[in-house]
Amino acid sequence: MVEELLNVQSVRVCYGESEAIASISMSVNKGEIVAVMGLNGMGKTTLMKALIGLLMPRSGTVTLSGREITRAEPFERVALGLAYVPQGRMVFPTLTVEENVQTGLPPGTREVPAQIYRFFPVLLEMKKRRAGNLSGGQQQQLAIARALASGPRVLLLDEPTEGIQPSIIKELAVQLKQIRDEVGLTIVVSEQVLSFALSVADRIIVLNRGAIVHQSPREGVDEESVGKLLSI
Amino acid sequence: MNAAIWAMQAFTGLSTFCVLLLMALGLAIIFGQMGVINMAHGEFMTVGAYTTYLLSEVSQRWLPGLTNWYFFLSIAVSFLLAGAFGLLVEHLMIRKLYRRPLDTLLATWGLSLIMQQGFRSVFGAREVSAKLPDWLMGSVKPSAAIDIPINGLVVIGLTAALTALVFFALFSTRFGIDVRATMQNRPMASAAGINTARVDRLTFGLGCGLAGVAGAAFTTIGSTGPTSGSAYIVDTFLVVVFGGAQSLFGTIASAFSIAQTQATTEFFMTGSMAKVVTLSAIILILMVRPQGLFALKVRR
Repeated sequence: MVEELLNVQSVRVCYGESEAIASISMSVNKGEIVAVMGLNGMGKTTLMKALIGLLMPRSGTVTLSGREITRAEPFERVALGLAYVPQGRMVFPTLTVEENVQTGLPPGTREVPAQIYRFFPVLLEMKKRRAGNLSGGQQQQLAIARALASGPRVLLLDEPTEGIQPSIIKELAVQLKQIRDEVGLTIVVSEQVLSFALSVADRIIVLNRGAIVHQSPREGVDEESVGKLLSI
Repeated sequence: MNAAIWAMQAFTGLSTFCVLLLMALGLAIIFGQMGVINMAHGEFMTVGAYTTYLLSEVSQRWLPGLTNWYFFLSIAVSFLLAGAFGLLVEHLMIRKLYRRPLDTLLATWGLSLIMQQGFRSVFGAREVSAKLPDWLMGSVKPSAAIDIPINGLVVIGLTAALTALVFFALFSTRFGIDVRATMQNRPMASAAGINTARVDRLTFGLGCGLAGVAGAAFTTIGSTGPTSGSAYIVDTFLVVVFGGAQSLFGTIASAFSIAQTQATTEFFMTGSMAKVVTLSAIILILMVRPQGLFALKVRR
């Protein structure tokens, strides 16, 4: 049965007078992995920030399982089941790896579920290290672990492959699908790398100048036309 | 003989160190962690000092049975009162200014003037002294020439206990993790699920409460007037900056070195010359190490 989890209805986002997203409507179903693709400056990160609440849309609505969250604070959205991995990872550099994961746990709790370290064994080895001293790939895993710690239903991943070497990108794709299957997660991932998007996503959405210009399930993706939209 | 003078002078330095550290702990949390320049921090200390004075009066007049032990009660009451007042100030003023640090400086300076005048109107301009219980007044004589006051020892014990508590709160509780995460990256902390507005409020309240305890401790070594707290504010900021704004260990080390330099040099020259020596030393060290004594080294 298809159950709609996240719904975005004519969302418009502006930075001051300049419009970053004209109007985006999309819907994400339970268990789906949706890749939002587009070149730099086409609104991917803006869309992700609007979804987690770091930017407030000028107009439009965002609903999570039928509940409107358009104006909710980020931490309120996390409590309702959204989780966010920002572009550039943004781990807390002077906190230890373990403390970074703990920041994602529900308020007042400190016990990190064993499952999280099972997905990312390297974090368990390094749990007493300061997060700022980890490599880029490890920080990416840590940022995902921190997001998973809140026990989310929908995970928002903003450009997870940025600045990470190709072999680790492949590994990341495998890990994401494994997590999705085990936890029953829904994932919205913004991406520039088409091969990565095709290896994880069930559906691909292409943004151009703040609007959706192409949308198709992975099976029917016309790689050539999507590739054209993603090249300069 | 000479050794005895050194020892007693070092102990005087230790008492100054304790009040400085108690003040600086609160400020290290508010300024070091939150980045808020709270010029009224000294007045929160004065709140604690007057609270102790009031409780000593109350216990003498109406509750003679309490006279010996009111001091411990007043530590708790000072913490709660200064902390509650801090929460109120955060709610009415500070939280609207988090993105405007220089405005905070002006606003809290104004607040400190208002509070000083408030103290003057209520308690008068003359300095008052809390009556210390008898057991606090004596001194210990480990040798004929050395005289260690008991009130100093109590303040040292109090400082050690409180410092340990602050360390525990910041480094071994979930609240501490939330505080440190919020201070490093406020939007990201919120996106990780932390109610950052609540964390800010509690952190500010905790810092002000600690200043209140510093005030209670202060009554054992000096008399309380409307401007008692503001006399300490510059030294306290110095301690926090010198120690390295993000590091509590740095705060302790810097409070210790500043207080000891001050106390030992004071013995050999005038008070103002001692200040000149201390300040010059700090300026020289900060020129070489602008990040302060202790700074965490991580990739950012």
